[in-house]
Amino acid sequence: MSEVVIVDYGAGNTRSVQATLARLGHSSVVSADPAAIASAWYVVLPGVGSARSAMAHLGETGAATAITDRVSQDRPVLGICLGLQLALESSEEDGGVDGLGIIPGRVVRLSDERVPRLGWSIVDPWGEAYYFAHSYGAITADAVATAEGVTAAVSHGSFLGVQFHPEKSGRAGLAFLDQCLSLV
Amino acid sequence: MPLPRLIPCLDVAHGRVVKGVNFVGLRDVGDPVELAVHYSAGGADELVLLDITATPDDVATMTSVVRAVADVLDIPFTVGGGVRTVADASRIIESGADRVSLNSAAVVSPDLIQEIADRFGSQAVVVAIDSGAGVVHTHGGRTPTARRSVEWAREAAERGAGEILLTSIDHDGRRAGFDLTLTAEVRDAVGVPVIASGGAGNAQHVADALRVADAALVASIVHEDPAGLPGLRRAIESCGVHLRPWKE
Repeated sequence: MSEVVIVDYGAGNTRSVQATLARLGHSSVVSADPAAIASAWYVVLPGVGSARSAMAHLGETGAATAITDRVSQDRPVLGICLGLQLALESSEEDGGVDGLGIIPGRVVRLSDERVPRLGWSIVDPWGEAYYFAHSYGAITADAVATAEGVTAAVSHGSFLGVQFHPEKSGRAGLAFLDQCLSLV
Repeated sequence: MPLPRLIPCLDVAHGRVVKGVNFVGLRDVGDPVELAVHYSAGGADELVLLDITATPDDVATMTSVVRAVADVLDIPFTVGGGVRTVADASRIIESGADRVSLNSAAVVSPDLIQEIADRFGSQAVVVAIDSGAGVVHTHGGRTPTARRSVEWAREAAERGAGEILLTSIDHDGRRAGFDLTLTAEVRDAVGVPVIASGGAGNAQHVADALRVADAALVASIVHEDPAGLPGLRRAIESCGVHLRPWKE
């Protein structure tokens, strides 16, 4: 019960999130087990990979239902990058994919001059720079922060999603995660 | 557009960081984990670790270096050298790197770019191009090919590369500034970000590169004075190029 559950959807890099949580004094486990997701005090839905394979994996393991149930019970989930995008109703990625539908809205291909959008941007209104690495972005009324017109954070009930990578955003990212976990 | 990035590059040989001038003449300068932390604390926006030996014997060594770096680093890092298959890329990304950089292997097997991008996303695939006299060179810059660097950059981006790391062999190690003309040509040819590399001798050179590229790779100017990265950042800012807000 004391561990943070980092949701495993079979696509790679959960190591950095784990290391960052450890730096903040939180032990964590990488798991797709619905029971673990249901009982964890905090859940992180991390973000690497493609929307289609992530949703397929979350569906097969039962993690998708466990995450939506958690949010409907008002228990905290933090989505990072693709983890934010999966929470919306749909995504244009991979020819069109249904998301978890936690947040009203959709995910579209970025129309920036350069895609993928790679690097540090100042997030408004927070005034700190965080690291972004993405080709798709969320269009939603639940956006609470932006960076150069792109959705940087969304909040809906107990789900908080960030498009940037706090685990890769130096001291600002560490402070952000610390605040997320200390609010629980 | 995100802010321009300053990216120190660590050349790794058999698990140690070495410094290369014109791709030859190496000397041992340190431990990759220590240097990665040092540069992160000094205001690096990102790091590149390049396994310049990448013999089969080095795979296990490099994998453990990547894991150790991932466990302590709080900024993104790219790993290049010895990535020849999707399995190589998976091993590196699963060990904690954010992105892999492909060089000769992408020239030999261009499909590799799309295969890795399909699995991990375009943002995880950097294609490194070593350019000399306008043409792509492979095998550590030693072997010229018939391909024009600009054309190869365009093709790599179309195949799914999320960024181009462009090194001018002609400028590398000379400390007389980046190849701004080539960098601008490549950047005009692609819709993905471009990292300029080769030729940094001072802050003005880096600032000039950051006006035409999305990021600049620096090696010897920071390796010889690692304490000087914060100073380099300030000097770049005073040349009128704004990096991310950062305090020592």
